[in-house]
Amino acid sequence: MADAPQIPDEAEVRARWGAFAWTPENAEKAKTVIARYPAGRQRSAVMPLLDLAQRQIGAETNTQGWLPVPVIEFVAAQLDMPFIRAYEVATFYTMYNLAPVGRYHVQVCGTTPCLLRGSDDVMAACRNRGMVKGKTTPDGLFTLTEVECMGTCTNAPMVQINDDNYEDLDFDSMSRILDDLAAGKQPKAGTQNAKRHTSEPEGGPTTLKEMVEANHDYRSEW
Amino acid sequence: MSLADKDRIFTNLYGFQPWNLKAAEKRGDWDDTRALMARGQDAIIEEIKASGLRGRGGAGFPTGLKWSFMPKEPREDRPSFLVINADESEPGSCKDREIIRHDPHKLIEGALIAGYAMRARAAYIYIRGEFIREAETLFAAVQEAYDAGLLGKNAAKSGYDFDVFVHRGAGAYICGEETAMIESLEGKKGQPRLKPPFPAGAGLYGCPTTVNNVESIAVVPTILRRGATWFSSFGRENNKGTKLFQISGHVERPCVVEEEMSIPFRELIEKHCGGIRGGWDNLLAVIPGGSSVPLVPAAQIMDAPMDFDGLKELGSGLGTAAAIVMDKSTDVVQAISRISYFYKHESCGQCTPCREGTGWMWRVMERLRTGDADISEIDTLFDVTKQVEGHTICALGDAAAWPIQGLIRHFRPELERRIRENDGALEAAE
Amino acid sequence: MPKVTVDGLEIDVPQGATVLQACELAGKEIPRFCYHERLSIAGNCRMCLVEVAPGPPKPQASCALPAAEGQVIKTDSPMVKKAREGVMEFLLINHPLDCPICDQGGECDLQDQSVAYGRGATRYDENKRAVTEKYMGPIVKTVMTRCIQCTRCVRFAEEVAGVEDIGAIYRGENMQITSYLERAVASELSGNVVDLCPVGALTSKPYAFEARPWELTKTLGIDMMDAVGTNVRIDSRGRQVLRVLPRVNDDVNEEWASDKTRHHVDGLIRRRLDRPYVRKDGALVEASWAKAFEAIKAANAGSSVAAIAGDMADCETMFAAKALVNALGGSLLEGRQTGLDYDVTSLSAVNFNTTIAEAENADVILLVGTNLRWEAPLINTRVRKAVWKKGAKVFGIGPEVDLTYKIEWLGNDASLVAKLPKAALDALKGVARPMLIFGGGALSVPGVHGAALALAKSVNAVKDGWNGFNVVHFSAARMGALMLGYAQPGGIKDIIAAKPKLAFFLGADEVDFSAFADTVKVYVGHHGDKGAHAADVILPAAAWTEKDFTTVNTEGRVQRSEKAVFAPGDAREDWSIFRALADALGVSVGFDSFAECRAAMIAAVPALGVEGLADYGWSEPKLPAKPEAREIPSPIKDFYLTNAICRASPTMQRCSDELIHGAEYAEAAE
Repeated sequence: MADAPQIPDEAEVRARWGAFAWTPENAEKAKTVIARYPAGRQRSAVMPLLDLAQRQIGAETNTQGWLPVPVIEFVAAQLDMPFIRAYEVATFYTMYNLAPVGRYHVQVCGTTPCLLRGSDDVMAACRNRGMVKGKTTPDGLFTLTEVECMGTCTNAPMVQINDDNYEDLDFDSMSRILDDLAAGKQPKAGTQNAKRHTSEPEGGPTTLKEMVEANHDYRSEW
Repeated sequence: MSLADKDRIFTNLYGFQPWNLKAAEKRGDWDDTRALMARGQDAIIEEIKASGLRGRGGAGFPTGLKWSFMPKEPREDRPSFLVINADESEPGSCKDREIIRHDPHKLIEGALIAGYAMRARAAYIYIRGEFIREAETLFAAVQEAYDAGLLGKNAAKSGYDFDVFVHRGAGAYICGEETAMIESLEGKKGQPRLKPPFPAGAGLYGCPTTVNNVESIAVVPTILRRGATWFSSFGRENNKGTKLFQISGHVERPCVVEEEMSIPFRELIEKHCGGIRGGWDNLLAVIPGGSSVPLVPAAQIMDAPMDFDGLKELGSGLGTAAAIVMDKSTDVVQAISRISYFYKHESCGQCTPCREGTGWMWRVMERLRTGDADISEIDTLFDVTKQVEGHTICALGDAAAWPIQGLIRHFRPELERRIRENDGALEAAE
Repeated sequence: MPKVTVDGLEIDVPQGATVLQACELAGKEIPRFCYHERLSIAGNCRMCLVEVAPGPPKPQASCALPAAEGQVIKTDSPMVKKAREGVMEFLLINHPLDCPICDQGGECDLQDQSVAYGRGATRYDENKRAVTEKYMGPIVKTVMTRCIQCTRCVRFAEEVAGVEDIGAIYRGENMQITSYLERAVASELSGNVVDLCPVGALTSKPYAFEARPWELTKTLGIDMMDAVGTNVRIDSRGRQVLRVLPRVNDDVNEEWASDKTRHHVDGLIRRRLDRPYVRKDGALVEASWAKAFEAIKAANAGSSVAAIAGDMADCETMFAAKALVNALGGSLLEGRQTGLDYDVTSLSAVNFNTTIAEAENADVILLVGTNLRWEAPLINTRVRKAVWKKGAKVFGIGPEVDLTYKIEWLGNDASLVAKLPKAALDALKGVARPMLIFGGGALSVPGVHGAALALAKSVNAVKDGWNGFNVVHFSAARMGALMLGYAQPGGIKDIIAAKPKLAFFLGADEVDFSAFADTVKVYVGHHGDKGAHAADVILPAAAWTEKDFTTVNTEGRVQRSEKAVFAPGDAREDWSIFRALADALGVSVGFDSFAECRAAMIAAVPALGVEGLADYGWSEPKLPAKPEAREIPSPIKDFYLTNAICRASPTMQRCSDELIHGAEYAEAAE
């Protein structure tokens, strides 16, 4: 249980977040989300609404957001579901933060494909900046988490920071990205390998070369 | 023999061109979809059956056959659903992501046609939560399709009403299991259901449901346009079609690439990945189908055909065609141990063998990594994997067991060496 | 009827049976932890694996697999043996082997099954997992490290108790069972999870470290805390009852018991009346039996004698008291202590006619003036089942309360019974099995009883094969008392008006004693509570666990309970008190032993001699049917403190403080 999140004190959290409500904009979004599911099946919307709530809190606190207990209850109440069922969902899925995180949530993939390509170096770059796994830096800027496979294995190693992926990393490129973020700059997302565009082989694709320059229509060759 | 560009389905795989509807239409998507649908539901299912398409999500179940299990006349109060599995989380796999962010309209058009063929009322695309930008693209692409009249009432003027909804996950590998995905879609924890009942009988909201992988659905429009014979002209018998391969790890140039099914491993690597890092002699082993399948030692994999049957013969599997390549610099025990950690982390906790077994296996693996174990523990570990395999509700237990079994089967001397060395070091210290 | 083969034995199994049930029919024991007959199937423990052909070449969870024609099932093959050993080993690797300090020891499924199906030694060499305790309330003690995540408690809370307060949070090996935010589980049925828990994770808090199961004497009893007639087992050691557990009776309580049934027992050894008392100069002083009898004789009551039965009075006690009253020439008998005076000329018109078991088959239900959850928790579970499993619709008239299912409240106005809104009326009329349930609160409003019978007629609630007219009583004594004639036309008011010189209060604590100022009040009971305080003479008697008795539940079910322990001190069994008193008063009650007392009772009321449902027939008395337009009162203010035993029980007191008042305080703070 060492890696279980330390849930913040309930009384304090209730005092701070007990009055949580959607912003007008998110209230609209929540309605749209609920409308995706058949009538009477509104519980299906619990995951998107928890995500929306976490994002709203992120915006309010200038962090990546988290889910205080009263906010989980707020979502559960809107969907007419028992609190425990919403709480189960919030604790089951890894993307819901049960404790506050920093401005940047640095999620380094450490699973085997990234491990083989040097995720240890990426992790080292994070440690080099004083980050500790599972903790937020004292300045509140970075929270470091080692995550499981993020599904970008041919561009390993990678990190997801907030909503963007940074791929094909090494110690230096990771350090640069963290420097940029700390300096308030937005680094270029995606591959950090200058010789790649996305997931094609480094140095240019071995197939579909016509597509590089133009939106080629192959149908004439069928 | 080599797949020609004209026979590749995912022409914008690398995203050099825009994903939007206009660009997609220019590449041939949404080209008279109505006519494809006009062939009739049963004709579409027959065509897919004839094409030999097997599910691209890992299990390789024939796609057309799966669709045929759906009720022919769904009841008004029990509509059928198509759920598209975009919860791509298997270590090594990264193909669905490319389809979604670079060619989403192939998926959406496929959803309409497949949904129509199985008489579904709507499709839910369950995309893993970590695919944040990819989901943004998918939401936008679906909206484009609605705006263009390709979805919704009288979709693509076919006379058929069909909706496509996108549902984002929130970080749980297990939701890639079809019944866990359905649970998750219903707003619960992603814990797999007992089967029977199977989803085709009682799935999402208790209604008939088919769960298909993104790639399986996205190739459907092209198969219908070019015909079952075209698709089945690729690959060996029972292993037909083209396939997105994902090669990660110790190759010179990792990539995702669409190739003909059954392509020999060596050819795949040479042609697209610039060979093995340090040359073929430096190859140690390959996990050919994503983390769930057992690894295959270098000598066996080199000239093996990359398809369902070929890899099964090697005691492994094609899985999602995600090859994780390991050269001789690899700490193979660590590589597998890290996979064991992955399964421990992703076990839903519902049933006993997986909940308890994944942690046990990982802890023993970690000791084997450093040699801090007894030789007899190798057999115990193997026995434990056998106690997990086949005893769980879903296949995650099997997936956690197989990589370790593969390691013990092929690298037992390495495990024993570490234990002996560790013992020696201890004795020396005494 | 599919035909299957189990270990070579060919048997027919009922349609819809599972493989596990098929194996049991074939006489094979299938080990299990998560499977429970009365809960939904989870299939997660994997202990019930068997080999089934045709099917995949791996063992199958028999609890979830439907039995199908031609299946060949093996429960004794090497594959099955190995599978069980494997699952058992997994269950034990993180289970603390702290059996010596575990209250489940001796009645632990995990212990028993590991002996029977385990491999005998562990190969697990890693550290064991530790899980922090979770607070679940005053009844349930947790040692969560012992939990094997079978989720029976989660399913019970959701499905039977109807309080979605328990869940499994986190995932994988970190999965933990907990109440929501580790708060008390707000259910009157929470103690059942202790029985359901197959290991020592959830144990009984009040019973913690009290005894080992093999030290206990087990006696079959019938609970007297309410009128459900829950079948129980009384576990005692020496002279003390240590716990009460439910017994299976599908017609009554299935296998559940309310927390009050289980945990009032610590009240049985507190505030007991263990010697006679006589009031002297305004104060009650200890006395001998002879002195107490003299004091009664001194009242010189002649035939001006009454007997008033309390809520826990049993039939033999009431019969003995009646015999004495009659022998003295009196006839004033009443059991409705709080003043109810509904018509009892037809017992069928005040009975729970649908029967408890059939209640779960109702299609549309109307509840009038009853907090079913407090008045009859285990009838409430049946109604919940009708709603939850079969989609029954429920309407309610009376004070709005949370009964754990959806109720369409029509208002708190008794006159609604005579003019039901059209939607409700149509709903009741439109189904085959409408069910009307009237609580004591409803019957306390003049006119409701008649209107209720008229409503039953208008919605055709009483017909061949279905009687949907029900009165739910709260008092365990009620139906027996009515059968024995403990009812005056005007209720207790008639007795007050008759100004008896002498009155026996049979454990009656809820009477307005000020109305009996000129009566010599003899309290025959077991607890120093309201009745004893008001009494002039106290005759210490036996509590329900201390005597054999007959009782009749709210559906007219005659049941017998056995004596588990002796009454304390000088207290005597009730029948013998009246027998002895008859001698002292120079009359004869006609019996010299308990057996004779019971035989005389049966001779007087033959239905009390046949265990099972008494047949009251069906007849409707002609009653005024214009209910007053007024609110229906709630007779029960505090579920946990409804009688003298409960009020003496520290556990019930704590439940009351925490679950009833604590909840209010917490809300007030917010």
